[in-house]
Amino acid sequence: MAEDNHNEEEKLDKDSLSRRKFLRNSGFAVGGLAVGGVLGSVIPWGNEEKEQQQAANETKNFNQALMNFNQVEFQVVEAATERIFPEDDLGPGAKSLGVAFYIDHQLAGSYGFNARDYMNPPFFHGEKTQGYQGRLKRREIFRIGIREMQNYSHEKFEKGFTDLTAEEQDTVLTDFAEDNVNLTTISASGFFNLLRSMTLEGVYSDPLYGGNRNMEGWKMRDYPGDQMNYTKVIESEEFQQIEPRSLRDHM
Amino acid sequence: MVKKLPKTDVVIVGVGWGGGIIASELTKQGLNVVGLEKGQERETEDYYMAHDELRYAIRYELMSDLSKETLTFRGNEKMRALPMRQYGSFLLGDGVGGAGVHWNGQTFRFLPYDFEIRTRTIERYGKDKIPADMTIQDWGITYDEIEPYYDKFEKMAGISGEENPLGGKRSNKYPTKPMLHSPQMKMFKQATESLNYHPYTIPSANLSENYTNPDGISRAACQYCAFCERFGCEYGAKADPVVTVIPIAKNTGKFDLRTHSWVRRVLHKDGKATGVLYTDVTTGEEIEQPADMVVLTSYVFNNVKLLLNSEIGRPYNPSTGRGVIGKNYAYQIIKGSATGFFEDKKFNNFAGAGSLGMVIDDFNGDNFDHSDVNFLHGGYLSLTQTGKRPIQSNPIPADSPTWGKEFKQNSMKYINKTLSIGAMGASLPFKQHYLDLDPMYKDAFGDPLIRMTYDFKDQDRELAKFTATKAKEILKEMGADRIDAMEELGPYEINTYQTTHNTGGVIMGGDPETSAVNNYSQMWDMDNLFVVGASSFPHNSGYNPTDTVGALAYRAAEGIVKYSKNGGQLA
Repeated sequence: MAEDNHNEEEKLDKDSLSRRKFLRNSGFAVGGLAVGGVLGSVIPWGNEEKEQQQAANETKNFNQALMNFNQVEFQVVEAATERIFPEDDLGPGAKSLGVAFYIDHQLAGSYGFNARDYMNPPFFHGEKTQGYQGRLKRREIFRIGIREMQNYSHEKFEKGFTDLTAEEQDTVLTDFAEDNVNLTTISASGFFNLLRSMTLEGVYSDPLYGGNRNMEGWKMRDYPGDQMNYTKVIESEEFQQIEPRSLRDHM
Repeated sequence: MVKKLPKTDVVIVGVGWGGGIIASELTKQGLNVVGLEKGQERETEDYYMAHDELRYAIRYELMSDLSKETLTFRGNEKMRALPMRQYGSFLLGDGVGGAGVHWNGQTFRFLPYDFEIRTRTIERYGKDKIPADMTIQDWGITYDEIEPYYDKFEKMAGISGEENPLGGKRSNKYPTKPMLHSPQMKMFKQATESLNYHPYTIPSANLSENYTNPDGISRAACQYCAFCERFGCEYGAKADPVVTVIPIAKNTGKFDLRTHSWVRRVLHKDGKATGVLYTDVTTGEEIEQPADMVVLTSYVFNNVKLLLNSEIGRPYNPSTGRGVIGKNYAYQIIKGSATGFFEDKKFNNFAGAGSLGMVIDDFNGDNFDHSDVNFLHGGYLSLTQTGKRPIQSNPIPADSPTWGKEFKQNSMKYINKTLSIGAMGASLPFKQHYLDLDPMYKDAFGDPLIRMTYDFKDQDRELAKFTATKAKEILKEMGADRIDAMEELGPYEINTYQTTHNTGGVIMGGDPETSAVNNYSQMWDMDNLFVVGASSFPHNSGYNPTDTVGALAYRAAEGIVKYSKNGGQLA
């Protein structure tokens, strides 16, 4: 822990300097050779100014409403993902990064409907090595999984999942992750793994999908997001602190 | 009602590297070529928003739609094969350019040993070294014979590299200089040199400098933006068929490229192919395209599927070992790797390129003595820097929690403090590993899916342990404070990503009894049908396969032109 704090301080010191250095270095030239012709318009110029404007124009985020979950389901998912990726002294957790909105939106679209998966019958129980063989779609797995988490919370602690202490919530999640819960329709660990992987997606995908709010997920781990050029970074012996960019900067 | 179109000289099924190379070479020679591609058109302009890990790397934007077609899998013949319902172990390309769009660009030649693997193994170790059910065989071509075609592919793509000190002899240097060296790569180089190994820079299709190829195609240098694998390159810096060979074919005016065209059968009569039957997936219309010559250049599984569904060639029978279509399916042994944790370092792991890295071949092929090990062949060991993206890369010590506070802290702490040494282990064929048609599951048009029967063998378990031990040794020499390495290979699982280097099923060789195509990729059983791609590899080497696929495509193109003039068997 002491080491992490130390790194944080070091990061702050180096931040402004490296950023200037990077901007100077990234003014690269590729000659007239690019095939395809999108290159010129891809490089975002004058970005700092744009960022300031965006902050000034901050307004209500109309994207933060529900397409799939009901309110209770949303609250359970928000609480569960916060335990998977909690807020701490390194930075925000799943809840304030918007992960539950991300998951809601994903489940309302093609991913929730398994649109690009082979879902033809017949369905048989397979070996673990053969992967998912169920007939349920992800949105159905979530609906069942959330209900079962609620049931299990009541059974074990006589309260709904959102009313449990953090430690009690961890117990419920652990019991799902380790298949200590008896479910008939879905695999408890299968649901947990889906919840976990979608939590990480919500933390770290481009903010255009509704999570990773203000690129805070990226900033916490020094990930620069969508940059066009690291030619000068590659050979650098020093760690390069680079202000992240998102796909919004390409518009 | 099938609509019958006018006859063409050549029809190509699948327009990726194989199809693109053959289209460009044949149209240059004046042949009329129709290219049928089941997916959509793809252009560099499509990658304006390509730096999107979720869309491309996690949701597989560039990959084939599994709801329409997949394959079934079982570990052995006693199991019921079940469909691969979601992506995992490997990724199937789609659209113009195929898997050539989303590759990393690592462009290795196979070793001279590979092409004569059976002969050389017996010469050095005796016949008993080869397990009874291991079906390795010579390729019917030598390294010296394939070398000029490697050279041709590398010049077309502008491969950046330096000579492999333990590789086959080169007629020419790489057309462009090696990629830049990062501090991580320098550490690998220094460590492997002090262990008396022979490091070199990974040969790269991500251009190290601006380059104009012999066809006059100019491309710009790679910007090391870290979005190669699973992504299309918005700079055109990564060689792919769309920015190299396909425009050349189109410029001749002799290439008719039809997308959304799903080929279902190769039509044939009296031992000759007469054309193909395909469905226009936008209208559902069934169309017959007659042709003098038919070339299958789709992915491994689809090449096999088309032959079996068209009843061409002799299907492989695993109980007798006879027959050839579906024989010698092989993969690669990737899991024998290790990760090192460096407490006092901080690397720029977010930056990189698909084929940025250093590699050694000291334990590849027969570059070391196998007398005291229980496996044949080997694999390269490499440190690659493809760019660590945050959803997929959360390195944590093996014994730490995978969620919650401690997970978060570890993943943040170690993302830029870990380096991995990977292995590209060769996969040798066995009598029980093969592809055939599934008796139950169908694709969107009612055709049977391919069924894969495959699992890891003792050969693979020994090889993986061996490469993991070597990876550990290198990381130790590099100064890692902690090293996590693979302990046991375990069974083959279709639901965890390993590699998209699937091979075999329509293998090449010198003998029509034991191979499906000759060394021009021409079918022994049907003179005017050519089957090109990694489907023709009799085994899979300890390298990425694209250079060899490209070389064999150039050789096939030469053969097709010859055949168009004189006919007959070319080898």
